[in-house]
Amino acid sequence: MSNLISSSPSEMDLLDRPNIEDYLPSDSIHQQQPITKLKLRDLLDISPTLTEAAGAIVDDSFTRCFKSNPPEPWNWNIYLFPLWCLGVVVRYGILFPGRVLILTLGWIIFLSCYIPVHVLLKGHDKLRKRLERALVELICSFFVASWTGVVKYHGPRPSARPKQVFVANHTSMIDFIVLEQMTAFAVIMQKHPGWVGLLQSTILESVGCIWFNRSEAKDREIVTRKLREHVEGADNNPLLIFPEGTCVNNHYTVMFKKGAFELGATVCPIAIKYNKIFVDAFWNSRKQSFTTHLLQLMCSWAVVCDVWYLEPQKIKPGETAIEFAERVRQIISVRAGLKMVPWDGYLKYSRPSPKHRERK
Amino acid sequence: MGNTSSMLTQYDIEEVQEHCNNTFSQQEIVSLYQRFCQLDRNSGGFISADEFLSVPEFAVNPLSQRLFRMIDGLNFKEFVAFLSAFSSRATLQHKVEFIFKVYDSDGNGKVAFSDLLDVLRDLTGQFISEQQRELVLTQVLEEAGYKKDSLLVMSDFMKILGNTGLKMEVEVPVD
Repeated sequence: MSNLISSSPSEMDLLDRPNIEDYLPSDSIHQQQPITKLKLRDLLDISPTLTEAAGAIVDDSFTRCFKSNPPEPWNWNIYLFPLWCLGVVVRYGILFPGRVLILTLGWIIFLSCYIPVHVLLKGHDKLRKRLERALVELICSFFVASWTGVVKYHGPRPSARPKQVFVANHTSMIDFIVLEQMTAFAVIMQKHPGWVGLLQSTILESVGCIWFNRSEAKDREIVTRKLREHVEGADNNPLLIFPEGTCVNNHYTVMFKKGAFELGATVCPIAIKYNKIFVDAFWNSRKQSFTTHLLQLMCSWAVVCDVWYLEPQKIKPGETAIEFAERVRQIISVRAGLKMVPWDGYLKYSRPSPKHRERK
Repeated sequence: MGNTSSMLTQYDIEEVQEHCNNTFSQQEIVSLYQRFCQLDRNSGGFISADEFLSVPEFAVNPLSQRLFRMIDGLNFKEFVAFLSAFSSRATLQHKVEFIFKVYDSDGNGKVAFSDLLDVLRDLTGQFISEQQRELVLTQVLEEAGYKKDSLLVMSDFMKILGNTGLKMEVEVPVD
């Protein structure tokens, strides 16, 4: 009988047992351990694996992260229904036009200040930057007002210091606007088509944003380099990163990408939690376009959310970037009351590689 | 049963329940239907390979390919019948039959050495070499009283797996 030499999995130890008797001396050291022989039954019983697979078919934690739960209809009886109708009338007839007005006004003011500043002050960079920052903060405030956003900020306001990176959980693109109205951040975002892309290339360029494209593989290295440069620069706006890489439905957090945590900077976590009673702010990018999402927000009562600026974290000696990312994810999840899920957000767009299967 | 409708009628539910021998309650069938519709994103009436593999927990399972071959192209009624082996109300016989079907990939009612080897390979992958696998399998088969070239049938499986507590249950979330 050949010697079955195997390394890690403990189930393989069972295979060793029948052979050990062959070459151990009579007073064997293993005598106190009961030698359980591997039976045909053990090999044939694949029920644990099957149960796991069936469990995944029936319900899985990944899909749950991206489910937008429709709110329970509460307008189903004779008293509440007219109230609800009245609410619809108010929302669409009064609030919506009012908000559109505010937003248009905001844009007019913004553009009329921004364009001159941008063009005329080309030479005086520092002043131009400061003014542009203030203006971007202004237009974001207008945006937030246009949805009657009630945002409660907790914690110390972030300051612009070098070697500092901010990370936050991601529910929708409005996360960025909500945070931006308080402090002008530089953001790293996916390049979007349409009018959003236009905004990205013109106005957001001034606050120093970095673009990437999920579909390009080589892009990663270029982006990492740009990130590093930005973080090193002293008078760049503080950098904001959403390490989940995709929008999640504000009940869960998916795994953080380690890119933000490898830059050798202090990481300041920000937790954002939306109050669902007023509106579900989750942007299900598979179901709606951003414009539809914005319009939907403008027709709801309010966007209520809490933003917590949490204590800055440094990477501990001997901690890998992934462990650091998980630690920060836990801090954010605990603060915002979200559940952690061990999946990579990008699985929304692609398949898990065979590597993961082998590991199982 | 209308494949394009998104609402189940009472008749549909009862039909499905009968088809799976009452292993699922009506509530569970409704939940399974919601899940089926959630997975079947292009509303084709069945779940395609892509849609199954988009569930990462399923895709990383070592037996996903085998299971997928069994479940490919099933409509909802057959989908429920497939999952009925995992209900707490399913008989032991039913569960062992299911395991047998997983092994018997060509469906001829007999499980050969090569079938057993295939499943073992799916589960152990690179951890042991092919030779070791064959050796272990041969040895274990002989100890149980079978030969390397014997073909196992359903009754053999019942004998081997039948009297040891087989735990194969999945709970259907009912909200």
